[in-house]
Amino acid sequence: MRRLALALMLPAVTQATSMNFQPAQTAIAHDITNLHTLLMWVILVIFVLVFGVMFYSILKHRKSLGHAAKPFHENTTVEILWTIIPALILVAMAWPAARVVIAQKDTRDSEITIKATGYQWFWGYKYLDHGVDFKSRLTTDRKQIDEYQGKGSAKGEHYLLEVDEPLVVPVGKKVRILTTSNDVIHSWAMPAFGVKQDAIPGFIRDTWFKAENTGTFRGQCSELCGKDHGFMPIVVKVVTDKEFQEWVGKKQAEAKAAADDPNKKWTKDELIARGRSVYEGNCVACHKADGKGTGPYPSLAGSKIATGPIADHLGIVLAGKNAMPAWNALSDTEIAAVVTYERNSFGNTTGDALLPADVKAARK
Amino acid sequence: MTTAHDALHAPAHDHAHEEHHVSFVQRWFYATNHKDIGTLYLWFAFSMFITGGIMALCIRAELFQPGLQFWQPDFFNQLTTLHGVIMVFGAIMPAFTGLANWMLPLMIGAPDMAFARMNNWSFWLLPPAAALLLISFFVPGGAAAGGWTLYPPLSIQAGMGMDLAIFAIHLLGLSSIMGSINIVTTVLNMRAPGMTMLKMPLFGWTMLITAYLLIAVAPVLAGAVTMLLTDRHFDTHFFKAIGGGDPVLFQHIFWFFGHPEVYIMALPAFGIVSQIIPTFARKPLFGYVSMVYATCSIAILSFMVWGHHMFAVGMPASTQLFFMFLTMLIAVPTGVKVFNWIATMWQGSMTFETPMLFSIGFVCLFTIGGFSGLILAIAPVDTQMQDTYYVVAHFHYVLVAGALFTLFAATYYWLPKWTGNMYHEGRGQFHFWWSMVWFNVTFFPMHFLGLAGMPRRIPDYALQFTDFNAIASIGAFCFGLGQIFFLFNVIHTIRGGVGKAPAKPWEGANTLEWEVPSPAPHHTWETPPSLEMVEKGLKAQGLLGDHHE
Repeated sequence: MRRLALALMLPAVTQATSMNFQPAQTAIAHDITNLHTLLMWVILVIFVLVFGVMFYSILKHRKSLGHAAKPFHENTTVEILWTIIPALILVAMAWPAARVVIAQKDTRDSEITIKATGYQWFWGYKYLDHGVDFKSRLTTDRKQIDEYQGKGSAKGEHYLLEVDEPLVVPVGKKVRILTTSNDVIHSWAMPAFGVKQDAIPGFIRDTWFKAENTGTFRGQCSELCGKDHGFMPIVVKVVTDKEFQEWVGKKQAEAKAAADDPNKKWTKDELIARGRSVYEGNCVACHKADGKGTGPYPSLAGSKIATGPIADHLGIVLAGKNAMPAWNALSDTEIAAVVTYERNSFGNTTGDALLPADVKAARK
Repeated sequence: MTTAHDALHAPAHDHAHEEHHVSFVQRWFYATNHKDIGTLYLWFAFSMFITGGIMALCIRAELFQPGLQFWQPDFFNQLTTLHGVIMVFGAIMPAFTGLANWMLPLMIGAPDMAFARMNNWSFWLLPPAAALLLISFFVPGGAAAGGWTLYPPLSIQAGMGMDLAIFAIHLLGLSSIMGSINIVTTVLNMRAPGMTMLKMPLFGWTMLITAYLLIAVAPVLAGAVTMLLTDRHFDTHFFKAIGGGDPVLFQHIFWFFGHPEVYIMALPAFGIVSQIIPTFARKPLFGYVSMVYATCSIAILSFMVWGHHMFAVGMPASTQLFFMFLTMLIAVPTGVKVFNWIATMWQGSMTFETPMLFSIGFVCLFTIGGFSGLILAIAPVDTQMQDTYYVVAHFHYVLVAGALFTLFAATYYWLPKWTGNMYHEGRGQFHFWWSMVWFNVTFFPMHFLGLAGMPRRIPDYALQFTDFNAIASIGAFCFGLGQIFFLFNVIHTIRGGVGKAPAKPWEGANTLEWEVPSPAPHHTWETPPSLEMVEKGLKAQGLLGDHHE
């Protein structure tokens, strides 16, 4: 009862609820908003006319008022009229809409091209002109999300709409987004920009936007993509051109520093330590921190895979199985590390280790 | 067996007596009588409606407030998937087939459906299909969780629940095709003397066209899910990009089935409303012929617009424009239908019994659903709406307020004919107003959620979506509660209701089913209705003689 009372109060304390599109930030989004407003007016007029006639009839032409039925049942003139007039109204609607479709599809002359790859369940971004490459994951704490048995903590302002690394783009530049996917169909949607483009495995699709203002804008994956479909937000930070150049420089330097030396000789303990962070970043949502799994997601502790032949274990990580996606987007080192970690944790004691070179070989 | 055999041939006044000797098992499990099969269909559909409804309430409970309170996200996806599949294939479609079974022979003056034994088979495929769907919750990995659209590659990843769903769809498709063949043959061959095609009740027309749609598209769906099945188990790569397949191909095939499917659930509703509104307006249906043409045009157009479900997959501008224009065009025949219904009410002598209330409710809400459909048809605007709650709002306006409300209307309209008893009018009207109010409380706020950008099929949402979700959830629970009241109403009527019903309980009703006693005897129209009887009805429906008055 207390929870119900709390829940009923909750709406009053959360932020203002929007009843229309998010404020438009691009020319296309403005066009869409205007188009929608125009349609709403047309619909409103038709609504008032049609419902007016119907309710007049309902109120006046009642048996209880002694109204006798007039048994007419045909009138060629009105039937032709109410076919032609709606058709003309539709033509008037289709004209401006077609203009927007064509503009929306015109991805030529873009100044920056970014590839957005959908993964279960996060986004990967690659700046094709700058060699910058990163993953963008939800940062909302699981404690804020899980409220089973009344547990749970207060939710942050950008609950479910916050990521560790937002997409950063310069203001006023035409940005072309190429979408594709690693596993299932996702959809890259940014309402403020009037953009929604499915990310489809095996295909590259494109869309574009040119942001008018700096700021942070938020969207979500918009195609059902499995268990964590609700937990893969898209955050775009629009900055000035100067800030963008600085950010790119910083990311390039970071990437250089963080790159794993392919010739590095990894020890088992180093792999386990690295593997733990890979595991926590990618696997923990399904298999849980203690490796025990939950529901349809199998336990790794003592499992046949994690204690059997190492090649099979690697095979499943690379190719996926049932609800588990293929994790081949991870680097050789990351895969080697996480497999080693899984075989030597949660009570598993195989004692063996997988080297990045083995992963590289297995990929072929 | 002798008595049962005799019952088929004995004259009408002996039937009640003879039926006592047909055992329960014989009557309901070996049923070949169109009325018994219709009854089976309707009860099956209602039980599936309650099952799917409970799933909907589980979904709304989780969405009442942000955060995960009841279900893991994976189970939430199973609920949304099975809710959709069960409501479409288990509740709405069988309910319309059941109505067609019960009423079509009565309305066109036929003794039974054309293929009585196939009719039995087409019904008895349904319970195993439903069982497969429900069992799938308990297999490893749980039920299918890829949405009712079953898009691969997600559906290829899923566990064996998906296989069970695929087999269930095979069975349901078989059942639909057999039911449709029966309807087509019955309508084309078994009409009473004097009832030409363009003098047939509009419900007959809409069921006929619906049956054609089903025969055309059910095999398409069967093909798509079979390809899915072989992709899953036999290493074919129709839809797997990793082997050169095309995930988008599935969407094209699915929606080539899926868009006509929308009209499979809507056209019979149009037919029912076209029977009920003239009855309670005490006027012939306005524009009968244009209604038939509009129904045909909608059916034909429905095959050409599947792409509007896929505006986000990235088709070229020219293709988008093609699908956009054709989709908008459907508004014309649909508008004609709405105008005809309103013109039927105009200058009528209306009363507002429950069937009429549900029919007017249908016209109002379906029009709103049509408006939101028009907005979704505009491709650039659809960019903002695709896969958001706006779409959820739109299709519940056309499917709940469209299909379900007319099913309620039909039930109240024909309940006296089915049971021989009158339902309690006050309770019927209460059911209408209760459903009307809470339906809108549930689904209207979803338009706002969609506009603001809340994606569909998410178990948890950002904080700005909280208020409308809470309102929608409260509405859903109240709406659900009202349907228990409906069941109570129906059972009360079966048990005697408020008294015996006359053969023709509605003053303005003029079709043939009102010429037989209430309840309709087990066997009717063994001798076809006389030409005078048919022509009397046609005249009253404005289908005979002077067309211009």
